[in-house]
Amino acid sequence: MASPLSAVRFDAEGFMADRSQWTRGIAEELARQEGLDTLTDRHWAIIDFCRKAGDQTGHAPTLREITGGTGITTKELFGLFPKGPAKKVAKIAGLGKPEGCV
Amino acid sequence: MATENRKIAFICSKGDLDMAYPALIMGWAALGNGIDVTIFFTFWGLDLVTKKRVDRLEIAPLANTSFKISMMGLPTGNLGIPSILGIIPGMTAFATWFMKKKMKALKVPPVREYIEMLHDGGAKMYGCKMTVDMFGIQKDDFLPQIDGVVTASDFMDMTEGAQIVFI
Repeated sequence: MASPLSAVRFDAEGFMADRSQWTRGIAEELARQEGLDTLTDRHWAIIDFCRKAGDQTGHAPTLREITGGTGITTKELFGLFPKGPAKKVAKIAGLGKPEGCV
Repeated sequence: MATENRKIAFICSKGDLDMAYPALIMGWAALGNGIDVTIFFTFWGLDLVTKKRVDRLEIAPLANTSFKISMMGLPTGNLGIPSILGIIPGMTAFATWFMKKKMKALKVPPVREYIEMLHDGGAKMYGCKMTVDMFGIQKDDFLPQIDGVVTASDFMDMTEGAQIVFI
């Protein structure tokens, strides 16, 4: 079976180049590459929020926008996406690198 | 990953409002990128992590050559705030209020909240033992997010292999 990523285009830093190509299957595959074998409802709450924010603003939300928008605490966010949630979440949600500083 | 994680450490030695933010902003960015963060607060930097001081940090226009009238949106170019105005009572409070307003508009959290975010994101934060002894600061004076009080030598041990930024 072909990988869901075979037709996906990435930029030089490994972020999806075209966020309209994104599917939930792609997200699961990208998450595996980031070391997350299973995505729970809490992961999806964050990813779904990021997708929505991406549709509205055209770019990935910052961590503080994620905690503010989902009600998920900073501690839980870092627990769900350990070792660098900012880049990880943006990557899995098929968005570019987050542009804000907070 | 088998490779050792990148580490960064900040030494915060200043308690002015403008000098509080660099380590907080960079530390938060580092955590977001999966880098281990340690912050050491020494001398005036302890103002950032003591309950009595953290919400009262200020920025003084007096003798600050970077302060320009144009920062308030007036087309005055490089015209500075004259030092004589800086000594008027209330100028420091005004500058502080103004900076806080600008930061809020950019959705930058206040220092107290930043310390909470850094702690929740996994940063380790310590007070400097010598300054704590000199200022007579008690454990209870610190924000609860502070991990302890350590000596300069402890800090060196903790930050082996880290990139160190002095502010």
